[in-house]
Amino acid sequence: MRGEFRINGAIKECEFAPEAVLAQVLRDNGHTEVKIGCNRGECGACVILLDGELVNSCQVLAATATGREITTVKGVGNLHEPHPIQTALAETGAVQCGFCTPGMVLAAFYLLSRNPDPTEKEIANALDGNLCRCTGYVKIIEGIKLAAERMRANG
Amino acid sequence: MDEFKTIGKSVEKIDSISLATGEEKYVDDFPLDNPLHLALLYSPHAHAGIVRIDTTEAESMEGVVSILHHGNTPDKLHTTAGQGFPEPSPYDSRIFDKKMRFVGDRVALVAAETIEIAREAAKKIEVEYKLLEPLFDSERAMDADAPRLHGDDAFAPIPVKYDPAHNLAAEVEMSFGDLEAGFREADLIFDNTFYTPYASHCAIEPHAAFARFDERGRLVIYTATQVPFHARRIVGRTLDIPIGQIRVVKPRIGGGFGGKQEVFLEQLVALVTWRTKRPSKIILSREEVFANARTRHPMRTRLKAGAKSDGEITTIELDCLMNTGAYGSHALTVLSNAGAKVLPLLNKVKNVHFIGRSVYTNLPIGGAYRGYGATQSYSAYNQTIDMVARAAGVDLLEFFKKWTIKKGETSEVFRVLGEGKEGVAQIIHSCKLDECIDRGAEAIDWYAKRGRRIEVAPNIVKGVGVACSMQGSGIPKVDMGAASMKMNEDGSFNLYIGATDIGTGSDTIMAQIAAEVLGITPDRFIVLSSDTDLTPFDVGAYASSTTYISGQAVRKCAMKVAEQIKEVAAEMLDLPIEGLFLDNGRVIDDVSRKAVTLDDVCYYAFYTSNQRQIAAGASHFATESPPPFIAQFAEVNVDIRTGRVELIKFVSAVDCGQPLNPRLAEGQVEGAVVNGLSYALWEEYIYDKNGRMTNPSFWDYKIYTAADLPEMATIIVGSYEETGPFGAKSIGEIAINGPIPAIGNAIFDATGVRVFEAPYTSERVWRRLKEEGVTD
Ligand code: FES
Ligand code: FES
Repeated sequence: MRGEFRINGAIKECEFAPEAVLAQVLRDNGHTEVKIGCNRGECGACVILLDGELVNSCQVLAATATGREITTVKGVGNLHEPHPIQTALAETGAVQCGFCTPGMVLAAFYLLSRNPDPTEKEIANALDGNLCRCTGYVKIIEGIKLAAERMRANG
Repeated sequence: MDEFKTIGKSVEKIDSISLATGEEKYVDDFPLDNPLHLALLYSPHAHAGIVRIDTTEAESMEGVVSILHHGNTPDKLHTTAGQGFPEPSPYDSRIFDKKMRFVGDRVALVAAETIEIAREAAKKIEVEYKLLEPLFDSERAMDADAPRLHGDDAFAPIPVKYDPAHNLAAEVEMSFGDLEAGFREADLIFDNTFYTPYASHCAIEPHAAFARFDERGRLVIYTATQVPFHARRIVGRTLDIPIGQIRVVKPRIGGGFGGKQEVFLEQLVALVTWRTKRPSKIILSREEVFANARTRHPMRTRLKAGAKSDGEITTIELDCLMNTGAYGSHALTVLSNAGAKVLPLLNKVKNVHFIGRSVYTNLPIGGAYRGYGATQSYSAYNQTIDMVARAAGVDLLEFFKKWTIKKGETSEVFRVLGEGKEGVAQIIHSCKLDECIDRGAEAIDWYAKRGRRIEVAPNIVKGVGVACSMQGSGIPKVDMGAASMKMNEDGSFNLYIGATDIGTGSDTIMAQIAAEVLGITPDRFIVLSSDTDLTPFDVGAYASSTTYISGQAVRKCAMKVAEQIKEVAAEMLDLPIEGLFLDNGRVIDDVSRKAVTLDDVCYYAFYTSNQRQIAAGASHFATESPPPFIAQFAEVNVDIRTGRVELIKFVSAVDCGQPLNPRLAEGQVEGAVVNGLSYALWEEYIYDKNGRMTNPSFWDYKIYTAADLPEMATIIVGSYEETGPFGAKSIGEIAINGPIPAIGNAIFDATGVRVFEAPYTSERVWRRLKEEGVTD
């Protein structure tokens, strides 16, 4: 089947199977920044924002997402204009292999849009659905805290 | 110690912004032109022979292109362990075999137009099995009547003991001193057996590989590997394809931890593409990563120690039984390290015996895993030390400080115990373990909590525990890394390294090392790593070797380039080369202070006179393997009624020599610790009675999330290792050794009960508390 997706502000028409999950359809259409670590809703590598809500895109049927607003990590910030969350994670050494990072960035983005001044515990709890095997999370939490400070300072 | 410009600075990892913005590519992110998708069919039986395999129906499915199995693939015995050549692991594996040795062994592979078709077709392959008695109990593996897994054709390619008739995949024995005399001298005897379970690496990127032909008909393999050069060699040798016809590329890798030091998918994509002339790719599902890839070898560790009444240990007898599962990947070397990386720590013990055996069972395949045997055996070692100090009534921290190896000292173990051969004698040039112990103790407030059994709430008791360990830095006289470098007109440099960045940040560290030598900032380097066509050789990312071995190759290479730069500058300035030095992007004459910039030097060298390319290459291997040292402290609250262990705080104080990049060094420690924490508390493989793993998902095999973290402290205690690049030793593995014993010791401190089997789940702890009458 075919459907229109609104990905990071652009409209894209994609062809996909009726049972295809959104994560795979996004990846098949160039959005390889959406990672797949388990395909079962258990790791958070495939996290996106769907109409502003944080979801594991491997658990969403692509057919239910047509016409809706999809934000991947590239919609948060890109190489040329990185978001403060991305620069703070880089600076604090929170990016090791980077496979979990797109999901972490989106989880942090979602958190900070609701709670601009989270405690460390609140950050940790907000990352509960995102597995990382490399960093031990310590620097990810530190990076998100730093990003929050900077975002508050810059209004 | 020198004053450094770039070394010791927390330079931002060169790929971190591109990773954080999703720009970087992992294996599965490259577009392929109409590839075949591969799906494996696995054995449902733990031990069986394939009597008949019928692919007719599967083959007749639309979209199925090729089906591979034992009947139509090369029969060459090899090991999938990505090690040097000849590998110290037994040659007991075929691409496909007639015999199935665990639930999940490979029966066949389907190549089809879509992954869905491939999976569907795999189900349609008819296989008739002859069931054989399975062997699940490693203790029974060597019994005369135990089922035998491997035939007489399996062999060890190096001269070591290998006895497939008795399911013995490897045996290591070492001793010095007089064991019996040591026990006679002892007033106290400790004889305990500890268990560590199977575990999965859980790199978030699953194993992945693809192959295609390039424009000239050479085979190009992209793979999520820690060992691109070994992968090229193993593929070439198992498939009889000339190595020169193969290019292996490692793009970004989503974590390895040893799991990707294994070459077992590359053969499949190579073979399918070689035969069908079409690109092919395979991506394992998470379930396959758990059940069919590689694991941490489970170990039963019996440690018998004798000590005098003042705590002096006179004798240690370490007996390790390692379960290598269906195949002997790393069976010898992980086992060796269970002794070699552990026993030198208490180097004053005069009488030592180590016997280790790796045995086959019809369970998943073991492999390399961060810590590599040391983790398993340190669990027993550090808990025994805790027992000795308690029994002798001596302060545990003082005990460690008194009896552990020091700078200027050696251990007989280094000389005697290598990997499948004699070891390499070495003197410790750097060791700040005492300072690690002091600073760690302070951070956890040791003396305020130790032995006090503080009841923080009714029935909830606090305890603290400590564990010390060492690792190595590469395999001495075995590992080799190489680098090459060339200069560009703007004073930038291309740096080509075989060293394999799997997320550790080694690309950045290598740039820092080169930058320090050339007196410029690391951003002047364009780093390209691990492409067998473009970069020089490196054994790969394992054995904590990258910083120490590959780093030294980069340093040597940069020094050669510096010499060439000075030669050109001397010509330009018409001054003797001896007075020239490099600083801040310039070549300066010490006396006249005359200078030229690096840009000027390269323009001159390219275009002006006596034209040349400033470029060099270097390689490095080491004759020793200086250990980093660590002291790790756990604080727990144990619920006496339920056995629940709540981890409150975990402290690691580590001596990794000069930290080249402190933030990245801390990140290595924190990552290893947190992996170790969930291994200590939760992680294990569970099987049904037929040997099938029943928890192959993150839902049922829990690993730590951010929300599970205790308070964490990481303290880098700098020392200076004169044989390392700018004083550095390794950091990648060591920190995973402490969690099990530190937490085990803390549980004892809280409850007076020793739990001998990890992970310390509530149920297991509760059962022990009940056994010891602490709870009812
Ligand atoms: S890939 Fe979607 S949650 Fe793991
Ligand atoms: S950085 Fe590797 S999984 Fe998080």
